[in-house]
Amino acid sequence: MFDFLSFLRKRGTFSHGIHPAENKHYTAHMPIKRLPFAPELVLPLSQHFGAPSEAIVHPGQEVVRGEPIARANGFMSVPLHAPATGRIKRIELMPTAKGPRTPSVILEVYPGDSQEVRYDFPRDYTTMEPKDIVKAVQDTGLVGLGGAAFPTHVKLSPPKEHKVHTVLLNGCECEPFLTTDHRVMLEYPEDLIRGTKILMRALGAERAIIGTEQNKMDAVEAIRAHLPADGPIDVRAVPTKYPQGAEKMLAKALMDVEIPSGNFPSSVGLGVFNVASTAELGALFPHSQGVIERVVTVTGPGIEKPGNYMVPIGTPIRFILNRLGFGGTSNCLIMGGPMMGGSVSSLDVPITKGSGGLLVLTEQILEQQHELSTHPCISCAQCVAACPMHLNPSQLGKLAYKHRYDDMRSDFHLMDCFECGCCSYVCPSGIPLVQYFRIAKSSLREKAARERAAAS
Amino acid sequence: MSLTGALIFMGGLGLALAVILTLANKRLFVAEDPRIDDVEEMLPKTNCGACGSPGCRAFAEACVAGEVNPAKCTVSPPEMTAFIADYLGVELGDEEKIVARLACAGGNHVARMRSQYSGMQSCRAAVAAGGGGKACSWGCLGLADCEQSCDFDAITMDRNGLPVVDEEKCVACNDCVVACPLNLFSLEPVSHRLWVACKSLAEGDEVLADCEVGCTGCARCVADAPDGLITIKNNLAAVDYSKNALASKLPIQRCPTGAIVWLQDSTVEKGAAAKRILRKEPLPLDPTA
Repeated sequence: MFDFLSFLRKRGTFSHGIHPAENKHYTAHMPIKRLPFAPELVLPLSQHFGAPSEAIVHPGQEVVRGEPIARANGFMSVPLHAPATGRIKRIELMPTAKGPRTPSVILEVYPGDSQEVRYDFPRDYTTMEPKDIVKAVQDTGLVGLGGAAFPTHVKLSPPKEHKVHTVLLNGCECEPFLTTDHRVMLEYPEDLIRGTKILMRALGAERAIIGTEQNKMDAVEAIRAHLPADGPIDVRAVPTKYPQGAEKMLAKALMDVEIPSGNFPSSVGLGVFNVASTAELGALFPHSQGVIERVVTVTGPGIEKPGNYMVPIGTPIRFILNRLGFGGTSNCLIMGGPMMGGSVSSLDVPITKGSGGLLVLTEQILEQQHELSTHPCISCAQCVAACPMHLNPSQLGKLAYKHRYDDMRSDFHLMDCFECGCCSYVCPSGIPLVQYFRIAKSSLREKAARERAAAS
Repeated sequence: MSLTGALIFMGGLGLALAVILTLANKRLFVAEDPRIDDVEEMLPKTNCGACGSPGCRAFAEACVAGEVNPAKCTVSPPEMTAFIADYLGVELGDEEKIVARLACAGGNHVARMRSQYSGMQSCRAAVAAGGGGKACSWGCLGLADCEQSCDFDAITMDRNGLPVVDEEKCVACNDCVVACPLNLFSLEPVSHRLWVACKSLAEGDEVLADCEVGCTGCARCVADAPDGLITIKNNLAAVDYSKNALASKLPIQRCPTGAIVWLQDSTVEKGAAAKRILRKEPLPLDPTA
């Protein structure tokens, strides 16, 4: 009887979700290659979630690859390192992928330099205290490379009452088109495992599970080849489904636990980290180096040479696209994957720590999209069946249409929505549901900020 | 037998409850000033909140209690507020008319687009999608969130996709200020005639690459204005309205782009040196931007 019930509870995956076309065939088989340095790098001081970094260089100053050029402004912030040897040209407002212009350091790269990373101070995590590891992780400037760019060291400092027993490594990469995490797991398994051990030591966790999807079995084998059979680290593949890569979904699939609404994974004893960030940590930490480059999947039907590229942070996407054969306009670009990525409104925006992919579409695809129109909700409940958070997007959408944002939050748990876009994807009436929810959430956040300002 | 029993019981119960209710009504009666109802009746019942009270009833209560002046109601015509003041036997206060003003003049005929936005027609949705297609990150996106938010039809979008506030109809209810995701609206007394219609923080001539009517922070208006009336903050001219008495049309005269203007009687007056904008049609999209 219990076996039967646990079967009903869908062990090994989460309920609801969707199966969008994967489209990973463009780049899944392509090894990570390096791109040359752009003549000028644009380094926004706010590439992460939290307070912007503080520049510690001045225009005209020469910097060496790997040297810190901005320091963390408080705990909820990370430093920034020079991705190339060169000269600081100026510090000014530059466009970013999110839209608004933010203060950025502009670095002119010396073309003749060997671009070696000379910053190398050996560090041994096996003898370090957890709190020293947290500080050292902050110094690497590491943030979640999966897209949210949440500072890793903050995740390593859970509230005191939370005891983390298991580290989950998120290698699901459920976004269609993107293959960054897949290639990193395949090509840098040793770094990944070292990074995992650092995370486990920092959190005092007993075990770790590297979770990926069943469409990446080659990565599972590559990692397993480097792991002892009965060690504390395990690799598991869960069924391929979107949005398996959300931390709440991954915790449900791997551990069969639900992270309570509004809580961090540490409240149920888990720490969830992206595999690319962990591999980066494993590579940088023993040398005390900082994040200066990342793997970006440049893919889609609009680009001649798709692939997985190691790109210095701050490379303008115009430079990448010119090298890889692109004849379209900025209308065709999505930073990140098609489900949760954001469209880019200018070719001058740089690759930041959070940009894992650059999806290039064609004008024809866009024109087909323009022909789609929105119809009234027919209450078919396909969105209800798709929502992985078990919300009611149909009802939320109707309320959003009437601008009843407070009701959406109090009665329909709007703030649990993590904007995966399943509802918009399945809606047969073409209602932009997730867009409505983003508007509602941003309005509510602004309202809360106004009320805080009025109260103080 | 059973029917009579039921009738007696229900009748008795009704009678007992009626007595309790009557007693409660007498005992717990809250004496309310009948003028509150009367004043509420005279108010427009839009519940817009422009007066600062949560709805017309609360405003009526505050008026009767003498906490606020009836002139605070910006929706009622002046005759009606005068009538209410007369009814309450108070002096009608001298409330200056406040209107919503837009700190952007970059319609699509002067401000460049760097890409085409074709998603949901809402400014807030556009801001979430890479900031919309406008080259200037601070400028009005023209997707009419403010027009939709206005309950008084005071905002209309002009042919160049800029909202125009009808100062007669505007009651300063703050809805557009809240609706605009770029915070371009603010509530200003009509006497604040000197107005900087730009919010771009970009430096100098970089503004002009995006928009022909932006403030470049050239500080000519600062030089021409009386001491301290205008200052340059973050590459943008800022008027210190505490010195508004010193304001004149002089500072706008040498503005090369016409970003600083003089607003009077619903007309926008640019300085003599401002670049003339003859173009009416939208600027073409630059596909390489």
